[in-house]
Amino acid sequence: MMETNLKVMSQSQLAKAVLNESGQNVNLCYQCRKCAAGCPISYAMDYKPAQIIHAIRLGLDDLVYKSKTMWLCASCETCTTRCPQEVDIAKVMDAVKITAVKQGIKPTIPQVASFYRAALSNIKMFGRMYEMGMIVGLKMRTFELFKDVGLGMKLFTKGKLKVIPSFTGALRTWKIFNRVKSIENRESKI
Amino acid sequence: MTAKYAYYPGCSLHSTGSEYDISFRAVCEKLGMDIQEIEGWICCGTSPAHSSSRLLSLALPFENLCQAEKMGFKDIIAPCAACFARLRTAMYEANEDAEIASQISEALEKPLPKSMNVLSPIEIFCNREGLAEAVTKQLPELKVVCYYGCLLTRPSKVMQFDECEYPMAMDNLLRSLGIETLDWSYKTECCGGALAMTRTDVVLKLTHDILEEAKAVGANAIAVGCPLCHVNLDTRQTEVEQEYGVQYGLPVFYFTQLMGLAMGLAGDKLGLQKHFVSTDGLLSGV
Ligand code: SF4
Ligand code: SF4
Repeated sequence: MMETNLKVMSQSQLAKAVLNESGQNVNLCYQCRKCAAGCPISYAMDYKPAQIIHAIRLGLDDLVYKSKTMWLCASCETCTTRCPQEVDIAKVMDAVKITAVKQGIKPTIPQVASFYRAALSNIKMFGRMYEMGMIVGLKMRTFELFKDVGLGMKLFTKGKLKVIPSFTGALRTWKIFNRVKSIENRESKI
Repeated sequence: MTAKYAYYPGCSLHSTGSEYDISFRAVCEKLGMDIQEIEGWICCGTSPAHSSSRLLSLALPFENLCQAEKMGFKDIIAPCAACFARLRTAMYEANEDAEIASQISEALEKPLPKSMNVLSPIEIFCNREGLAEAVTKQLPELKVVCYYGCLLTRPSKVMQFDECEYPMAMDNLLRSLGIETLDWSYKTECCGGALAMTRTDVVLKLTHDILEEAKAVGANAIAVGCPLCHVNLDTRQTEVEQEYGVQYGLPVFYFTQLMGLAMGLAGDKLGLQKHFVSTDGLLSGV
């Protein structure tokens, strides 16, 4: 895949951010590509996991941010389990997403980012995942209003979706979310 | 406190995976194993949390460990493979990294419990005495492939659960109840769980591969221990069939449902009627 006008950082900013965020040192990678070979989603990725790791090392931050790879990652941990250098690639994928969001970079697969936000605001509000509310919230965010409606109806008739949310632990959860946010804000200033 | 184990159902077992909750409780009762649901448990955060904030993804599971400790428990059973993974990961990371541990404790405004055991029901049932004696029904028609999915075994250094690439725990458990399980190479392949709501195309492909392989080795049923896998394999099976122009009709059981059947429990006591792919045809042949 060819990309033009890529900004190359003299020392990889992203590699540093990844190290900070996840404790993972991508420079341990020796490009054996076991991670890419085992990745069940690699067929749909523009860059394979091994290429993303390499691009981070080379300081090709732009290329990484423009890639869909981390947003497609299903966190199956196959790569992490198999890496002979014990690079936790799945954690690197998370760290790249977190860094991108922090820097205000637009996610290359917006639906996935919307799903994370919808799910988290749902948990924050109810303490537990309230599927029905989450699905509606997600549909509103992504405008895919009719996708999976049939599936939702079937789940509902099988008694698998609750109409009324539980609020058990809701207040405690809301407080945890807020304290996490303030700890993270404090740490990012240091 | 009379029960030995604290039970963390997690969100799925209260909704899309409710038959896992029903059948797990039924099997515990049959085996005389006392469990008690953690009071005021909250969501473990699952992939949206760890994809968005490391601290949040560890604090949410720990809140549940704290609640269990408050109730006087040391052993926690988490049947949902995704919750199980998040709880074990939280324990592991707090152990490895003192700084994150103190941040978690700050976020929860309480000290973290030190020695909690997070367990999968597979581990507990495997080592349970009196299992073979509880069997009252033979199920000779069943040819089952055990599908462990991603989260039960990976990453091995965190999960410490069986052999990570080719686990046998669920197979051994079902075999000890007289149920035939088959060898196959897709035990720990990914079904794309986390992408179910967003990239259905990917999920359908991965699920199709798994169903194909199960059929190819001659299975007539799949056993799972993860509600996300169950949704993809059972709930979406018709969608896969339509997309790929194939016909499977492969019932997908939680392993606890198969245990219950072997112990003579009726299907409706195990939530079989909640499945999308009917189990009637297969079981009436038994
Ligand atoms: S498996 Fe590890 S060492 Fe091999 S290419 Fe991937 S990250 Fe690098
Ligand atoms: S964790 Fe992500 S990158 Fe790694 S193998 Fe799984 S889907 Fe691929």
